[in-house]
Amino acid sequence: MPQYLKDGAVVDNSWQQVSADTETLPQGDILLPVSQWQEQQETLASHVGAVGVWIDSHEEIEGFVESIIGLPLIAINFPKFADGRGFSIARLLRERYGYQGEIRAVGQIIRDQLFLMQRCGFNGFVFDADIDLVEASKSLQDFSDAYQVAVDQPEPLFKRRA
Amino acid sequence: MYQYDQYDQKLVDERVEQYRDQTKRFLAGDISEEEFLPLRLQNGLYVQRLAPMLRIAVPYGLMSSNQVRKIAHISRKFDKGYVHFTTRQNIQLNWPLLEEVPDILAELATVEMHAIQTSGNCIRNTTTDQFAGVANDEIEDPRPWCEIIRQWSTIHPEFAFLPRKFKIAVCGSEEDRAAFLLHDIGIQLVKNDQGETGFHIYAGGGLGRTPVIASSIREFLPKEHLLTYLDAILRVYNRYGNRDNKYKARIKILVRAWTPAVFAERVEAEWLHIKDGPATLNGHEIERVKGFFSLPDYQTVDIAAVDTEVQALAAEHKGFSRWLDRNVTEQKQTGYACVTLSLKPAGVAPGDVTDKQLDIIADLADRFSFGEIRTTHNQNIVLADVIKTKLFELWQQAKAAGLATPNIGTINDMICCPGGDYCSLANAKSIPVAEAIQRKFDDLDYVYDLGDLELNISGCMNACGHHHVGHIGILGVDKKGEEWYQVQLGGSANKNAALGKVLGPSLSRDDVVDSIEKLLDVYVENRLEQESFLTTYQRIGLEKFKERVYAPVS
Repeated sequence: MPQYLKDGAVVDNSWQQVSADTETLPQGDILLPVSQWQEQQETLASHVGAVGVWIDSHEEIEGFVESIIGLPLIAINFPKFADGRGFSIARLLRERYGYQGEIRAVGQIIRDQLFLMQRCGFNGFVFDADIDLVEASKSLQDFSDAYQVAVDQPEPLFKRRA
Repeated sequence: MYQYDQYDQKLVDERVEQYRDQTKRFLAGDISEEEFLPLRLQNGLYVQRLAPMLRIAVPYGLMSSNQVRKIAHISRKFDKGYVHFTTRQNIQLNWPLLEEVPDILAELATVEMHAIQTSGNCIRNTTTDQFAGVANDEIEDPRPWCEIIRQWSTIHPEFAFLPRKFKIAVCGSEEDRAAFLLHDIGIQLVKNDQGETGFHIYAGGGLGRTPVIASSIREFLPKEHLLTYLDAILRVYNRYGNRDNKYKARIKILVRAWTPAVFAERVEAEWLHIKDGPATLNGHEIERVKGFFSLPDYQTVDIAAVDTEVQALAAEHKGFSRWLDRNVTEQKQTGYACVTLSLKPAGVAPGDVTDKQLDIIADLADRFSFGEIRTTHNQNIVLADVIKTKLFELWQQAKAAGLATPNIGTINDMICCPGGDYCSLANAKSIPVAEAIQRKFDDLDYVYDLGDLELNISGCMNACGHHHVGHIGILGVDKKGEEWYQVQLGGSANKNAALGKVLGPSLSRDDVVDSIEKLLDVYVENRLEQESFLTTYQRIGLEKFKERVYAPVS
């Protein structure tokens, strides 16, 4: 089974990501595009395995966010690693909509983004390249503190300076 | 000035180690060129035409003498013994080695400096008025607000991968010396009817290929809301800015596409969600940061006696008199003045200084300006808080170091990008044009007679030399592989910011200088008493200038 980083540890990834043009859903834990998840509610009712959605970086989550908030996993796709829209989406899910499940970064991400991504509320990281995950996880600890408010630190540094 | 505590220092130290590791992995082949690009850019490292270029942050243009000495040391140890001051108040090294950049950053960290976010698609160095804190027309010192913005923007978790670069400027005075309307966000300190200080927020300004003057999006923002409001603007931009075409990716394109009114509504809607949240500033923090910008211990000066003495010396030394006229500016505090050290002597690339000059600047700052140095967006250095009794002494010492050219605000004080001599983006060289102009107009009486004149030169349409807002702007263009120059007239970066208009077909380098002389002739022939070049242009229009430059040779 492929592996990924979750909450700082290397664990098995049981989820299969489905693209928009997939006709037959695979078995097991699946991640669907939001539109497909909305369309296939009936089929999914009898699906064996867990169901989550993945959001592409250009999608406006405001239109559907209330409906996905109960899912165990929401993935955010980075079509390019330099496409920073996913950082805002993750913060909105956590801070505005109170999402408690796993937020997973998928697509073309790089380990040097991990510290920032974790601050924005991501706790799962799937790399498209075959890299040493233990080594990559070190980037989660690039900094010991930060100035700004974010998901991992609800108080800005200026209220915490000793 | 602001002093790091253990938190600020640790963050900068950790950044150095992060980048050291990234460089190591890049050199080992574990990071691709494409992936390394934003990492090195956000640590200031460009790869240029001849060598890498490292841009060092000078937050809002303020440095201590100790920091200037460190820059001198770095330029000797890691570079060729000179540095370049940029139009965004930063410092560039032209010849660092990629392998040594982590060591340079580590040296910078020892004096509370860094190169974080000096390039790349992120929030850049916040800039302001070089006369902040001492300007006569100031509503409030903008520097504490710049520092608060610096901390908020440094390694911001959400905004490290924006559609494009993002620049913020803060203006604290009536007169705009920060060109704040030409920034992605321009912040102006204002007072409301109750006498409370707050911010007038503008968005969507910028130079580059599509120059735009920023639009007002909020007339009064109470000060405690500064950071949440900035978060709201940046979030809207991060989500909706164009990511398909880098030439349409700046916030100015989004503001224009939506209209400023709609953009402002979207920002307000976003802001309502985070307004009064934990990032809301409190009085304790505002006072803490303001405390770092307290005024020095001024002496009481017998101003009448000093003025008499200075006038007498000026009558005796013509050079000193000229320098007083052009390079010395009155400041708020009686008996003190701001001195601009010119980095534009003829024959030197505008904004370049040697390591030895940097050491001298540091010494001058210790002797005359309480150890503080300010960089300007016009690529000069300012020493503020100089007691007037020592102006003559400072002039003599600055002159000996080649830093007292009395040309501030004149045609020879041009803004100029590094151009084709250094930059891989440039279509044409800009430094030789600057030099040719300085050599042509070397008669100081003539130059003074022309008065205030901003001449800006960019080597390409990316407009690092701010050609759109020069009274005379020169833009390098490529015509079938040859370097040509387009001339623009009537731009201004001041309070009534305006973009220049193209004079006519582009000119060869040989013709540029002669054409500028013709433009100046038209001005001199047509000006009314006390009228500046810009005012004359605004009154008589482009046509007369155009006719003269493009008149057939008889």
